[in-house]
Amino acid sequence: MSPKHYRGDPAPRSSREDIAKKAARYLPQGSAVNLGIGIPALCANYLPKNTSIRYHAENGLLGYQELWPKGEGNPNIMDAGGNFPKPIAGMAFFDSVESFNMIRGGHIDVTVLGALQVSKNGDIANWMISSRGIGSIGGAMDLAENTPTVIVTMEHTTTNNEPKIVGNCSYPLTSKGCVNLIVTDVAIIEVIYSDIDNIQLLLKETAPGWTKTDVQKITAVELFQHLPKA
Amino acid sequence: MKIQICKTYDEAISDIKSNSTIMIGGFGGAGGQPTRLMLALRDSGLKNLTLIGNVAGISKTTGYGWPSNIEPIDHGIFFESNQVKKIVCSFPVPGTTKPLSDIEKSWKEGLCEVEIIPQGTLIEKIRSAGAGIPAFYTPTGVGTPVAEGKEQRAFHGRTYLLEFALPADYALIRAHRADTFGNLEYVGTSRSFNPAMATAGKVTIAEVDKIVAPGKINPERVGTPGIYVNRLIEREAGDPLP
Repeated sequence: MSPKHYRGDPAPRSSREDIAKKAARYLPQGSAVNLGIGIPALCANYLPKNTSIRYHAENGLLGYQELWPKGEGNPNIMDAGGNFPKPIAGMAFFDSVESFNMIRGGHIDVTVLGALQVSKNGDIANWMISSRGIGSIGGAMDLAENTPTVIVTMEHTTTNNEPKIVGNCSYPLTSKGCVNLIVTDVAIIEVIYSDIDNIQLLLKETAPGWTKTDVQKITAVELFQHLPKA
Repeated sequence: MKIQICKTYDEAISDIKSNSTIMIGGFGGAGGQPTRLMLALRDSGLKNLTLIGNVAGISKTTGYGWPSNIEPIDHGIFFESNQVKKIVCSFPVPGTTKPLSDIEKSWKEGLCEVEIIPQGTLIEKIRSAGAGIPAFYTPTGVGTPVAEGKEQRAFHGRTYLLEFALPADYALIRAHRADTFGNLEYVGTSRSFNPAMATAGKVTIAEVDKIVAPGKINPERVGTPGIYVNRLIEREAGDPLP
């Protein structure tokens, strides 16, 4: 898919693959990571073969990397996105009770999730567009609520160029105050939880050709380049 | 406990009545799904069913979890024939609405109720039903629409929701092999919701690739002990459905 370009953009926005590549840089060695459906799933393509990161799929799989091309492979070795990973040494299979014990128990270190909206308080909404009236939660609420590090990968705006980083989420929430890092097609933003009434969005990086001012124009809340002094 | 070994899928589900609550095993996708039992249940014409599943009814529109050379079968088959009063699941619709899935179509027409539950809460509700636990607290869903109307309680400074056990009249599950004591062996990621559902159904019916003599399944590899299983039905050798 070619990168999107909206009226007023100073330069092209990054591709979905580039978003995943950037997010993959933030996965610590040795961690257990759950990747959501969509852009998050692409992160698996940007890690070295000998990585010590262990991917968890909530349907009951720990330790997978490469996927068979869509529709090929063994349906009895599936990831949570419905893809079939190739068997590799060190895989572990388990049932859904065990899998969500891992998640709720805080044993999964990082989750990478897609989002419809993220708020200035680190809330995430990713399971239902209100006007549709029906949505799919899947494992997202358990992962967002219980995983110590939550990384969101998403396009910075809707297809109408409306901000997705907003003061308050207008869509139904998935979890409150849980997002740590937002990786979009124009920026990388860290959510800094100084204390309960003092949560700031710190702009860490912009896409090539984009300035802070450009990113701020399509973001509904204030971004900081340096944390304001307390 | 005597295990009933059925000769046909119809025999396996013959005592299920309209208005029953039925769990359907698997995660979503072909692996671990009791697809032949589902087809028999569809063909039975039973009505007003309450279904409990996980990822439900997205494979037919998206191919989710199915090999691309086989036409997917999912929970949508019961909605096409208007047999469902309510479905309880975590993932009833795909991201896309083009084309509309059978469940969403049925829901939009007001023909069925859809209850959407976070996946970890759903599996724990099922586990609890089988384990004699009436209710439990979980942090998942606090501050979201899932919390509406639920009792909340703080433990060690964190807020939790009270959730209740979810039993069923029948559990239709899928395993790789069974012995004649009903012990089940699973392969790969086909475990998913099957072992917990086996414990939560008043009657548990297992569709298996092969029924073998006791001793053929290594006791170390038994995923569901036979005490939870009431009926077995063996797949025909060479069945093309995964």
